Amino acid sequence: MDTVELIVQASYFLAAMLFILGLKQMSSPVTARRGIVWAGAGMVLATVVTFAVPEVIGGEHAATNVILIIIAIAIGGGYAWVTGKKVAMTDMPQMIAMYNGMGGGAAATIAAVELLKANAEARLDPSQTMTVVDILGADVAILGILGAIIGTISFSGSIIAWAKLDGRLNRSSLLPGQHIINAIMAVVLLGFAVAIYMGGDLNTIIIFYALALVLGIFITIPVGGADMPVIISLFNALTGLAVGFEGYVLGNAAMIIAGIVVGSAGSLLTHLMAVAMNRSVSNVFFAGVGSGPAVESGEQGEMKEIQAQDAGILMAFASQVIIIPGYGMAVAQAQHKIWELTQLLTERGVSVKFAIHPVAGRMPGHMNVLLAEAGVPYDMIYDMEDINADFKNTTVALVIGANDVVNPSAKSDSSSPLYGMPILDANLSQNVIVIKRGRGAGFSGVENPLFFADNTKMLFGDGQKAANELIHSIKELG
Amino acid sequence: MIEGLAALYIFMLAGFTGYEIISRVPVILHTPLMSGSNFVHGIVLVGAMFALGIAETPAQQAIGFIAVLLGAGNAVGGYVVTERMLEMFKPSNKDSGKESS
Repeated sequence: MDTVELIVQASYFLAAMLFILGLKQMSSPVTARRGIVWAGAGMVLATVVTFAVPEVIGGEHAATNVILIIIAIAIGGGYAWVTGKKVAMTDMPQMIAMYNGMGGGAAATIAAVELLKANAEARLDPSQTMTVVDILGADVAILGILGAIIGTISFSGSIIAWAKLDGRLNRSSLLPGQHIINAIMAVVLLGFAVAIYMGGDLNTIIIFYALALVLGIFITIPVGGADMPVIISLFNALTGLAVGFEGYVLGNAAMIIAGIVVGSAGSLLTHLMAVAMNRSVSNVFFAGVGSGPAVESGEQGEMKEIQAQDAGILMAFASQVIIIPGYGMAVAQAQHKIWELTQLLTERGVSVKFAIHPVAGRMPGHMNVLLAEAGVPYDMIYDMEDINADFKNTTVALVIGANDVVNPSAKSDSSSPLYGMPILDANLSQNVIVIKRGRGAGFSGVENPLFFADNTKMLFGDGQKAANELIHSIKELG
Repeated sequence: MIEGLAALYIFMLAGFTGYEIISRVPVILHTPLMSGSNFVHGIVLVGAMFALGIAETPAQQAIGFIAVLLGAGNAVGGYVVTERMLEMFKPSNKDSGKESS
């Protein structure tokens, strides 16, 4: 091992260590900030030393390739830097999906380069009996092809997840018999994988990738909006796995370690998220929420409207108000106004609490980030388990921009697609005020009987405007 | 080069490490942690640089170029987003009357 090689390998080792330590620190709120900085230092180190790797700078086309590398980093990194800096906190989940998809795509394209190279080499062989396996070796070929499948599915699936969360893709576009089609496609895809392994030509490789792309799309499309975080987390774990496999192909220990650590950490995180939502991972995949016949069965009754002024008075003279914020609040940028409202109510001696559902926002913990951004102190924010018993002592439950997480049919109606999901028991409080833009169903597309309940009043309008009106009405009381 | 059995050991140990890191993490950190692990697999950028470095034909170069592009997006975007989120988790003794009106 010469000096350069030694420095490179030592740097990769250090980078892998920084990743692990960084992730460890990110699992506690106190050290989390330091954790990402450490991991970032590891990444910079690993990237920089790669410019000294003999394979990268010693090849026949090294000059061109190094320039191409720099241009590609500038474009890809620049794009991600700009979008990452300006994305609103509310849109964080889909951006994570997007960046994750890019990682999956990178792993898949690495495999593509390796396969194409091996394929070209095999065809140069005079005896014409060489295959991809003979050139790469069975272990490398198998892990490379597996990484290609997983990475490609994660790529196209993540893009779909991004498009759905970003509101660019209409949700329940589900083909009949989707799961059977998916299963057949998966089998065909594996067939092509075997064909490549046995020495398939260029067309085989192209069809193989195309199939994997489509499969990723098909798997993700039926997944209901509420389940998206679980899927994103799963794709995150899958990308990690794909990266680990391609790391083996390239003989890069840092990639193997980082990839597999993320693969396993991500799998556990996916499981924890699914548990927090009372869903199993297979359930998320195979029972698309909001699919099937729309749940618009009768007994809806009438929504009762309330004006902001009356709602304000009701809250001003309440003994306790619990605010249930949802993603809609954040979309309307109403969190600052809600915080102002909270302060007004507190001044009047009303006890105000925030109730956070595990999946409030679009991911576990997302709403805490959003409220922290608005300045709401931690001690006012309660988790579902801690606050559910408190609703029956509550004068007003103010639901703003939340829907599915307070849908009582999750408890009472076994035919509801949400059935079994734990909810916030807003319906048990004396009054429920729901701030909502319009009369439509929630993110998962399921009707909410809470809106038609006797103790519920609807305050229609944009979240920020409604919160403003509430503030006015309470201020007028003096 | 990491071969056969040695790689298997790395796979196993890395798997347990990842599991150990995540167990008992509070719900409020799920999103930042997912984002952070998303950043860590941005190491794929290094592999992409390898792939483009060894590319020989224009087709391989084009695909390698895409690989580096995507890998850089993963790494940079993952970092920026995670950093922004975790910034808000500064030890929070923010006084509650900060933005009183």
